[in-house]
Amino acid sequence: MSFWQIILLSMPKLLSGLTVTLYMTVFAASVGLFFGIVLCLGRVYGNKFARLLSSGFIELIRGTPMLVQLFILYYGLPVYGIRLTPLVAALIGFSINSAAYQAEYLRGSIQSIGTGQMKAALSIGMKKWQAVRCIILPQALRRVIPAWTNEFIYLLKYTSMAYIIGAPEMMAQAKFIASRNFEFFKVYLLTAAVYLSIVWVLSFVFSHLEKRLRIPGMVVTER
Amino acid sequence: MLLKGTLVTVELTILGLGLGFLIAVPVSFAQVYGGRVARLICSLYERTFRSIPLLVLLMLVFYGLPQIGIRFAPFVSCVLGLGIRSSAYQSQIFRGAILSVGKGQTLAALSIGMTPFESFRYIVFPQALRFSLAPWTNEFTIVLKDSSMAYALGVVELLRQGSYIISTTYEPMVIFLTCAAIYLLMTLSANKLMGYVEKKLQIPGFETKEVSH
Amino acid sequence: MIQVVLKIEDLKKNYGKAEILKGISLEVKKGETKVIIGPSGTGKSTLLACVNRLVEPDHGRVLLEGEEITSRNAHKMRQKIGYVFQDFNLFNHLTALDNVRIGLIKVQKLSKEEATQIALEQLSKVGLSEKASLYPSQLSGGQKQRVAIARALAMRPKLMLFDEPTSALDPELIGEVLSVMIDLARSGMTMLVVTHELGFARTVADEIIFMENGLIVEQGPPALIFSNPQKDRTRQFLRKLTELYGEERIK
Repeated sequence: MSFWQIILLSMPKLLSGLTVTLYMTVFAASVGLFFGIVLCLGRVYGNKFARLLSSGFIELIRGTPMLVQLFILYYGLPVYGIRLTPLVAALIGFSINSAAYQAEYLRGSIQSIGTGQMKAALSIGMKKWQAVRCIILPQALRRVIPAWTNEFIYLLKYTSMAYIIGAPEMMAQAKFIASRNFEFFKVYLLTAAVYLSIVWVLSFVFSHLEKRLRIPGMVVTER
Repeated sequence: MLLKGTLVTVELTILGLGLGFLIAVPVSFAQVYGGRVARLICSLYERTFRSIPLLVLLMLVFYGLPQIGIRFAPFVSCVLGLGIRSSAYQSQIFRGAILSVGKGQTLAALSIGMTPFESFRYIVFPQALRFSLAPWTNEFTIVLKDSSMAYALGVVELLRQGSYIISTTYEPMVIFLTCAAIYLLMTLSANKLMGYVEKKLQIPGFETKEVSH
Repeated sequence: MIQVVLKIEDLKKNYGKAEILKGISLEVKKGETKVIIGPSGTGKSTLLACVNRLVEPDHGRVLLEGEEITSRNAHKMRQKIGYVFQDFNLFNHLTALDNVRIGLIKVQKLSKEEATQIALEQLSKVGLSEKASLYPSQLSGGQKQRVAIARALAMRPKLMLFDEPTSALDPELIGEVLSVMIDLARSGMTMLVVTHELGFARTVADEIIFMENGLIVEQGPPALIFSNPQKDRTRQFLRKLTELYGEERIK
């Protein structure tokens, strides 16, 4: 089959897979941000127990492959009677994974703010949690934007792993079409091209977004 | 039994990392010292291979290439895939490291009569090396973890070995948790090892920031 | 009898093996301005940080208007103490106005209108009304420090602590901050200031305290300390400063 025929044939399926891919990415990036903040605050400002728990969790997740984590969720949990669909397992797995990494990015960003801000906040009578909420977090979240957008693109690529446990995202669709038509090279090349274009577009959009969200005069350090 | 798989994982990691290194060094060079055309080609190369998922790359190499006549064994395909992807990231690490060594250093070297080559070899390179260690350690652990994707091509690395064992013992949770533990052990040791290397190569007063893997 | 605003009793602080504060006791009465001078690294900043409990002392008490400051009531007591840092520590993500307002809104729970009114008042007192909507990175060092002073004053403190407020400033900008501080002292604020600016000390201090190696070496009114110091060490230090900064600055 010619390349054009391939494109016409595959695109609809690939695009439907793309929507699932994007859905997983957005879900994982946002849920990951939420829990990442929780984990990070536990690690930086928590008591000994919280610190131990969160840093242990973070190191565990960051030290093991995402695929293994997915397998544990999808193949391991049924042992305890919890049977997840591939998509749900993927969503949970990616979110947990992302949370651990985002917690570390946020921690780095909090450290880059310096201790002076906290001292100043305390000196006008704020309690610690107030200082974190009103002074530290707003600045830390602004500074973590480049890392977050990086994480977003990273997730976009790694959602392709979900195909291994059977989730219907773009990679799975590609494999299906390729095997069906015995056109591996062209189909995979096309898939690669789709990923490439999405990533390029996103990078462009994100760098513009970053410029707009800067605090006037403040230089945001890239990771 | 899992140890056989672990060995394969280690092989994949080292070979993939090594291939990446071999490709990355000239690429980073071209990006820093090359002409416009060379820089453009290299930028395109690294942008491309940083934007494609590893899985797609693996599929392309293993299933796709045979269709245009190039056939690689699963293991080799994985090494190729890991290596090419890693080279894109490593070239960025080296490029960044070289650029972090201020221009002033090269100027000073030239001013005492060194050739450009000598200035690179004796002045820029030693410093760039230190700057690369931390991010390179990071890349090491990334390749280690990504080697698990060789599962998709049927390579019997740690993860696949684990799944074979499960098919006979029916204890997925225990086995996979063990696999996870082994990976964790590997990443922690890799970090420790690299940390030791970093310490040994350290320039007093010039400490690089703490690396989080 | 004039009220004692700040009483420090036998304050001690160690960092590991190093004894930074070896037993400091002093008193500041209402309306008084006391200036602490001494070589760097002798615990002056640590002393101030212990007063509003940003640093926990190992021994001793700090009393504000008779009430002891403990780690439990620290955040409440800090509302009554204004603290000005050497490196300003303005909140980078907030405008000057917001910097001054935030304590009033979040800590003292005032309404936005009330807080804004007070904040604008304080900003104009330090001469920065037109800069209210600017961010810290858009302000000069002297302006930043004045905003920091406004931020501390907005909380209506009973005591103002200054930790080398002009040490991080370019020479031309020191004057504007010092004049704000002089006006403040003259208006009756109770102040404890750590500084190298002996000219300032001579102008407004009710007492000079010379500290070295974690202990108070000598204290007394400026006239006495500057013209006739009792201890040799004091004499030495003042001479060194005069050499460094020139006779002019001391006058």
